[in-house]
Amino acid sequence: MTHAIVVENLTKRFDSVTAVAGISLAVPQGALFGFLGPNGAGKTTTITMLTGLARPDTGTIRIDGLDCTTRPRAAQDRIGVVPDESNLYPELTGFENLCFCAALYGIDRTERRARARELLDAFGLTGAGDRRFGGYSKGMKRRLTVAAGIIHRPPILFLDEPTSGIDVASARQLRQMIATLRGKGTTVFLTTHHIEEAERLCDRVAFIVAGRVVREDTVDALLEPVRDRHALLVACAGLDAATAAALPRAFPGLEFPLLEPDRMRVEAHTPIPVAPLVRHLDERGVRVLEARRARPTLEDVFIRVTGLEAGALGADKGNGNSGGKGGNA
Amino acid sequence: MKTWIAFWNILLKDMRTYYLKPPNVSWGLLFPLVWTGMFLVRSGGGLDDVAALLPGLVAVSVLFGTTSMLAVTVTFEKKHRSFERLLLAPIPLEVLMLAKTGGAIFFGMVNAFVPLGLAALFVADLPLVAWGAFTATVLLVAVSSAFLGLFIAVAVSEVFEAQTFSNFLRFPMLFLCGLFFPIERLPALLQPLSYALPLTYGADAIRGTVLGAATMPLALDLGALAAFCALLFGLSLRNIRRRWIA
Ligand SMILES: Nc1ncnc2c1ncn2[C@@H]1O[C@H](COP(=O)(O)OP(=O)(O)OP(=O)(O)O)[C@@H](O)[C@H]1O
Ligand SMILES: [Mg+2]
Repeated sequence: MTHAIVVENLTKRFDSVTAVAGISLAVPQGALFGFLGPNGAGKTTTITMLTGLARPDTGTIRIDGLDCTTRPRAAQDRIGVVPDESNLYPELTGFENLCFCAALYGIDRTERRARARELLDAFGLTGAGDRRFGGYSKGMKRRLTVAAGIIHRPPILFLDEPTSGIDVASARQLRQMIATLRGKGTTVFLTTHHIEEAERLCDRVAFIVAGRVVREDTVDALLEPVRDRHALLVACAGLDAATAAALPRAFPGLEFPLLEPDRMRVEAHTPIPVAPLVRHLDERGVRVLEARRARPTLEDVFIRVTGLEAGALGADKGNGNSGGKGGNA
Repeated sequence: MKTWIAFWNILLKDMRTYYLKPPNVSWGLLFPLVWTGMFLVRSGGGLDDVAALLPGLVAVSVLFGTTSMLAVTVTFEKKHRSFERLLLAPIPLEVLMLAKTGGAIFFGMVNAFVPLGLAALFVADLPLVAWGAFTATVLLVAVSSAFLGLFIAVAVSEVFEAQTFSNFLRFPMLFLCGLFFPIERLPALLQPLSYALPLTYGADAIRGTVLGAATMPLALDLGALAAFCALLFGLSLRNIRRRWIA
């Protein structure tokens, strides 16, 4: 298999901080590769080294077969980058910004104007095309920055948290667009701390914690250990301590990792017998309000593998980005 | 061809967003006029003295139109990280830096012709002006001033530092370059310093091409200026590779 990105033993220190502590990765050509980790894990630092904006302290980088270790800018014509910050020119309009970015890659005037219009349209910014970038809202800036990163149609695309700060509908649209690019053969290197996004989009995922890759595999393989696990979330009323304590004995095949007066989580290796459980509770005066199946997610895997709480990755949860979360009944 | 499209658009963008902005243009026009007025008042001279002031004016206009402007705009883009886009572009760093300095060089040259043009039109006929040599001189002065700005931009990280550092360099340069005080009259200790500054050769060549009163051969002046350009550009590029892709 040919690889678009091959990285061996990459390290980077900033004074006392080791931002990247020996990362090795191989991203197959055409793959959508997710790079997941909590804040400060070293994701952005890794991307700056891969894109020739910083030199690694040790290690080697090959992009599209080119040695970028000693010549960091060797692969600039094959890559597109959407940085973590929306860094277009505030004094240029959206349209001018896109045209300028296309010109940096040697695209001629007619073509770049056409592409700029097309992208403004695709990102829902046509109406704002004549307005200065400096006056855009945060989400609009983000969208234009993503557009600017793909205007030259690079075969390898680096996306550093592309959906952060974008509303639910636009984020979904953007994910679709990323999937489309991948479908056309673009290799995508995506960092995010939005696990569900990675689970939905990516072929392969690496978990990075404190500058190290703690696990790297295909999403299917990562989900394997939790796949045969069944989980049920039950919302109830009037669950007293005695009944709760007796449940594990009454249902020996089930585990109850969460047992509270108003809710419980039931897990098992075999399908959970919902009806007997509900009847059992009902007979003991516990009202079952809702019972829904919980699908094991990459988040569960991440927590198992890294030993981190989900909250460590939750920076993006608050802004409505997790659209559709929990709707797996 | 692709590199050329990138080069041209970087240059054009900088001209539009920085150099040809009304405040900047009016500053470029006003500054030489005010400077001339100030000297005339001080020396109590009439319009005839303008010719004697011209070389200094030209040098000041170029220096002030390029160095800090370039240092500030590059530092600004670096700070706001839009400069990263340029570093990501598939063009050699040399081309990128020439494009970045091109606007300042052009603007500096236009600035140089403002005082000379005004003088030629309104004040005196200037029989001794060697226009070809003058243009070549002004180009080299503008290039070396712009590259000095680039050198400053690479050495600092804040916009105010760029401003301060440019002033720190260009004001002493103005006084040591022999335009306003002849170098022989400077303290003996300072004289070698004068000859280590690009503007000294620029000023001498401008004096030669405008008034026919140079103290060194034109070829030496232009050669020294070209050497300064090469040195500053080389140093800046080395620093960019070391500090910006660190
Ligand atoms: N220029 C720098 N100077 C000093 N320390 C830095 C620099 N860049 C990154 N670091 C440090 O390196 C570590 C990794 O930072 P990095 O930005 O790569 O994290 P990240 O995984 O992208 O985090 P986030 O999810 O918040 O974007 C952090 O501890 C950070 O403080
Ligand atoms: Mg980051």
